[in-house]
Amino acid sequence: MRKLLRKIFLVDLIEGLLVTGRYQHPKHICTEQYPAERPKVAERYRGAPRLNNNPETGETLCIACNLCALACPEKLIVVGSERNEQTRRKELTTFTYDLSRCMFCGLCEDACPVEALELTQDFELAGYSRAGVIWDRQMLEEGPRPTRYKC
Amino acid sequence: MPETYLDATELVLNMGPQHPSTHGVLRVILKLDGEKVLGTECVIGYLHRGVEKIGENRTWAQFVPYVDRTDYLAAVSNGLGYCLAVEKLLGVEAPPRAEVIRVILTELQRIASHLVWLGTHVLDVGAQTPLFYCFREREDICNIFEKYCGARLTTHAFRIGGLQYDLYDNFAEEVKAFCRMFPARVDDYEQLLTGNRIWVGRTRHIGILTAEDCKAYGVTGPMLRAAGVKWDLRKAQPYSGYEKYDFEIPIGQYGDTFDRYIVRMQEMRQSLRIVEQAVEGIPEGPIMAKAPKVIKPPVGEVYVSIEAPKGELGYFVVSDGGTQPYRVRVRPPSFINLQALDRMARGGLVADIVAIIGTIDIVLGEVDR
Repeated sequence: MRKLLRKIFLVDLIEGLLVTGRYQHPKHICTEQYPAERPKVAERYRGAPRLNNNPETGETLCIACNLCALACPEKLIVVGSERNEQTRRKELTTFTYDLSRCMFCGLCEDACPVEALELTQDFELAGYSRAGVIWDRQMLEEGPRPTRYKC
Repeated sequence: MPETYLDATELVLNMGPQHPSTHGVLRVILKLDGEKVLGTECVIGYLHRGVEKIGENRTWAQFVPYVDRTDYLAAVSNGLGYCLAVEKLLGVEAPPRAEVIRVILTELQRIASHLVWLGTHVLDVGAQTPLFYCFREREDICNIFEKYCGARLTTHAFRIGGLQYDLYDNFAEEVKAFCRMFPARVDDYEQLLTGNRIWVGRTRHIGILTAEDCKAYGVTGPMLRAAGVKWDLRKAQPYSGYEKYDFEIPIGQYGDTFDRYIVRMQEMRQSLRIVEQAVEGIPEGPIMAKAPKVIKPPVGEVYVSIEAPKGELGYFVVSDGGTQPYRVRVRPPSFINLQALDRMARGGLVADIVAIIGTIDIVLGEVDR
């Protein structure tokens, strides 16, 4: 009898509606209003790669050891270096990072012995061409400059 | 050749590969008699990326991010399976702290995977609201992953021999806050669905798979448990210290779509229990075992399987003593569970196909690899 009454008075459906009703208050809104409201990604976020410079001298920290290129599963890092005849040390000349094939696994960053290569919190990495997402040394040092839209 | 097709009763129809309720790129060829399904055939391979072959061309450690991309809704579980396999081959064991963190993250991943399953499954069957609630809760888990390892979906959280990242400062508090909040949310889902006449009508006695059928097809995971078989690798062959935690294996009665729903809902609660226990006692200590920098396992082969959210996830790895695997074979739960589709769908209605595909909980990335 009780079962029949529950069925007639649509109790099961009303119970469901109560749940949706409970979440109608605006304080339950959890949608991010991107791009008006930019998400704050975590500190450890693995986004755009960056080649760090020494903050005091402005010289690159990279010692051209090629370990990142060896660690990369996709083999998308190419490190160019030449030996400085005076100091007998290897110096970085070029650094290309093919972002189109990158899967942001972070193995290059883990391999770097001097913390020169780092995956940063920049996440807006779309490009207009395939060539545009192959980053050279300058781009890696400066970082991406996504358009900030006003909404 | 008949003059008219008006009296033709049998119809062959392609469902997919772009059909939204096939959860990706599954193509099902249906043979129909009106609304009745006479038979089905799955065509797979639209998402084949050759992950197993890629494994032969990468070093042992380099392959870890690729396994995340097989079952991308449970990337952490995949990483655990592969890392455990290579660790067994190497004879290395992750330190206790790493093991506990692994358990917490994989159980959270199980909840996240079940939430995606629930949301999409009920959406296919016609209920829109739970999808948004499920993704709202999944967002919390994704945020924990993001803070822990820097990625939300394809996490690359584990390394061979332990972990790369130690816990962040508020990890335990955030997980505990999630544990406090989540049971009420599961109650919400159950209030929306369990008693709902439409949901029950669409799932009760639909897609029945008995225990014998499950065993014959090799079906594992929640589908097997819904048929009443108490089989969970976390209990049967404990790994990563699962024997230390107190939890139950929920089982169903009939093995129909509704039972599978109930089993997965209970599993989320049980996973939460494991997380609560694990997060209470995270031991101090190192997070990385003393594994060699260049991983070169001795010649040999191992098979390690874990209880992934979708069933038994196995990794069979063969080493020839080199820096790269000789062979990596994945035993994906979705692929094997998908075999049972025809058995479950035959004799049913077209509308049930959608419910049945949803209840198998397939991820095509894992089916095709």
